[in-house]
Amino acid sequence: MDLFIKFLVAAVAASIPLLFGTVGEILCEKVGHLNLGVEGMMSIGACAGFMVGMQTDSFVLALLAAFAAGVVAALIYAVLTVTFLADQNVSGLTLTIFGIGLANFVGIYMLGHTENGTLKLPEGITAQMREIHIAGLSDIPVAGDLLFSYSPFVYLGIVLAVCAGLFFKKTKLGLNVQAIGHNPAAADAAGINVTRWKYLMILIGGGICGIGGAYCAMIINSGVWISNNVGGLGWIAVALVIFAKWNPWIAIGGSFVFGALRVLKYYMPPSIIKLPTAFYDMLPFLITAIILILSSISKKRDLNIPGSLGVNYFREER
Amino acid sequence: MKRFLSAVLAGAMSLTLMAGCGAGGEQKPEETNKENNAAAEGLFPAVAKEDLKVGVVHITDPAEGAGYTYTHDLGIQGMQKKLGLDDSQIIRKNNVDDSKATAIRTALEECVEEGCQIIFATSWGYMDYVEEMAEEYPDVLFAHGTGYKSNGKNFINYFGKINQARYLSGIAAGMKTKSNKIGYVAAQNNENGEVTSGVNAFAMGVESVNPDAEVYVKVTGAWFAPEGEGQAAKSLLDLGCDVITQHCDTANPAIEAEKAGVYAVGYNSDMAEKAPGSTLTSVMWDWSVFYTKAVEDVINGTWTGKNYFGSMQDGLVKLAPISDLAAEGTADKIKEVQDKIMSGEWDIFDGVTEYEDNEGQKHTLKAEEYGTCNWYYKNVKLA
Repeated sequence: MDLFIKFLVAAVAASIPLLFGTVGEILCEKVGHLNLGVEGMMSIGACAGFMVGMQTDSFVLALLAAFAAGVVAALIYAVLTVTFLADQNVSGLTLTIFGIGLANFVGIYMLGHTENGTLKLPEGITAQMREIHIAGLSDIPVAGDLLFSYSPFVYLGIVLAVCAGLFFKKTKLGLNVQAIGHNPAAADAAGINVTRWKYLMILIGGGICGIGGAYCAMIINSGVWISNNVGGLGWIAVALVIFAKWNPWIAIGGSFVFGALRVLKYYMPPSIIKLPTAFYDMLPFLITAIILILSSISKKRDLNIPGSLGVNYFREER
Repeated sequence: MKRFLSAVLAGAMSLTLMAGCGAGGEQKPEETNKENNAAAEGLFPAVAKEDLKVGVVHITDPAEGAGYTYTHDLGIQGMQKKLGLDDSQIIRKNNVDDSKATAIRTALEECVEEGCQIIFATSWGYMDYVEEMAEEYPDVLFAHGTGYKSNGKNFINYFGKINQARYLSGIAAGMKTKSNKIGYVAAQNNENGEVTSGVNAFAMGVESVNPDAEVYVKVTGAWFAPEGEGQAAKSLLDLGCDVITQHCDTANPAIEAEKAGVYAVGYNSDMAEKAPGSTLTSVMWDWSVFYTKAVEDVINGTWTGKNYFGSMQDGLVKLAPISDLAAEGTADKIKEVQDKIMSGEWDIFDGVTEYEDNEGQKHTLKAEEYGTCNWYYKNVKLA
């Protein structure tokens, strides 16, 4: 039982970078832009957050830097696809390759200027970003561990996901934005500024991905810089968007499920089920495939895909 | 739309797959290599030191500051210093993915074209390409780390008895543990002889000082998996392990141990640099021993074409200094055993021995075949 609680806690910790990536990508896809650059934006965010955190020893500044870096990275994509109508897949993939390369380049450069070949976050920021402890609340058995014992990133991620969900579901602006994703021409005709909203959503989405990257650099790798520190999580986030049916609220649960599946191989006692580790690595994707199949054969067709996803909107072509 | 989505999904899946295989690096030589006789006649004419060029092909960037490539490059730097070679005489090819045929071939060919007389290929996956290149360029010498292929002429293999240091580090862990649970983050499962023989040597070291302690193994499934290595360590800590050791690339297990306020044994490089608050000692390679010898052979014209299999006696395998965190008497105990190893009086895998695995089965193991074992020693638990 105790181990099960620890499994759940580990699952939450593993789910957070995925949640940031997924929410960021949902914002982007809601306006009809499939951004395969999640991994790249996360890498750039990871690098910026880590380096600023190391120089300033401030968690807040590190978060802001990661967000800003994600925005800048997304800006490249937005300019290419929204303004110049470049192919979305190619632009996104390029952004991923560029982002990982840039982050590694900066990391290696910084490593070259250290004394012992180690880049490690200073004590101050480490204390700020590690698991919180609220006197009273965190000490409650079970619930304290499950609810009040995480890094501030976890709460930030959940708040962002909830807010994004509220925006899409409960506000008129949110509906307008979704209209862009479904049919930009109709939205345009209805007087919605398509280009402005596309830019805004892609940039904010990129910023959120950037924070997810900072989590990879600062928490997953415990504040020690290594190259390729996002390690493919951005790609899982792209799959998770489909799993979450483009709904930020489901994304919370979805990333928890994926996070749980990612740590399951370490917590499943081999005395109960003994499977090769590769099987566990496959599970999240197997489940995504099953979800896709199930939702495409169901009569309701409630996948909720933005109708013009992946198609650039050229106003003069209407 | 469906086609589009499936393309995205397929892309995501294949990329994760690639991430999985990409790091699939170093394995164990399947047969132990022949003793290294330095005496024999050289197969190739001597090369003047000033004319010498040494090529090195790395799987990642040595600037990482820790881990596999870093350790190999320290060896190259050590060799360069000892022999007094100029920087321009060392040709490095970094970030050569060992699963990409074109990249490997290009890197090797560039080394040849730039005039290298000897080329070191450090990662497991380069093996087959090095073999082909060695045939194509019979006048260039090739040395491949960790694999098992060689041609007895211009293509040799090099590796070493890391198990000696693993055993000694097991003593440090066994003496430190209070919970009698020691965690081991393993990159590959029991099918991989390099990892498994390391686990067993470590477990035997633990048993020698603490028969009640058990070694809990978690497998990440990849040589380089920063997230998985941290998570595996975390889950071992959650099981109650109070010393964590590892056979994987990043220092994340040691850092997780540091965060949890317990102890760790590092691997490859001295992990006290990354996790000073937890590292008891580290199991280390000093590749400069081999690189110096090989390059000297080229300079002196004494290259024999024989494989290299180094040990603690040669200085290829080392244990980092024992930190103050270790239990009292650890250093003395380790020194006692290390002296026996150094004098050749005793070795971990020696002659033919029968071992009991963790399922109660008996296995007979010849010393020179220890790298093929695929069972866990009796005090090892697959957690």
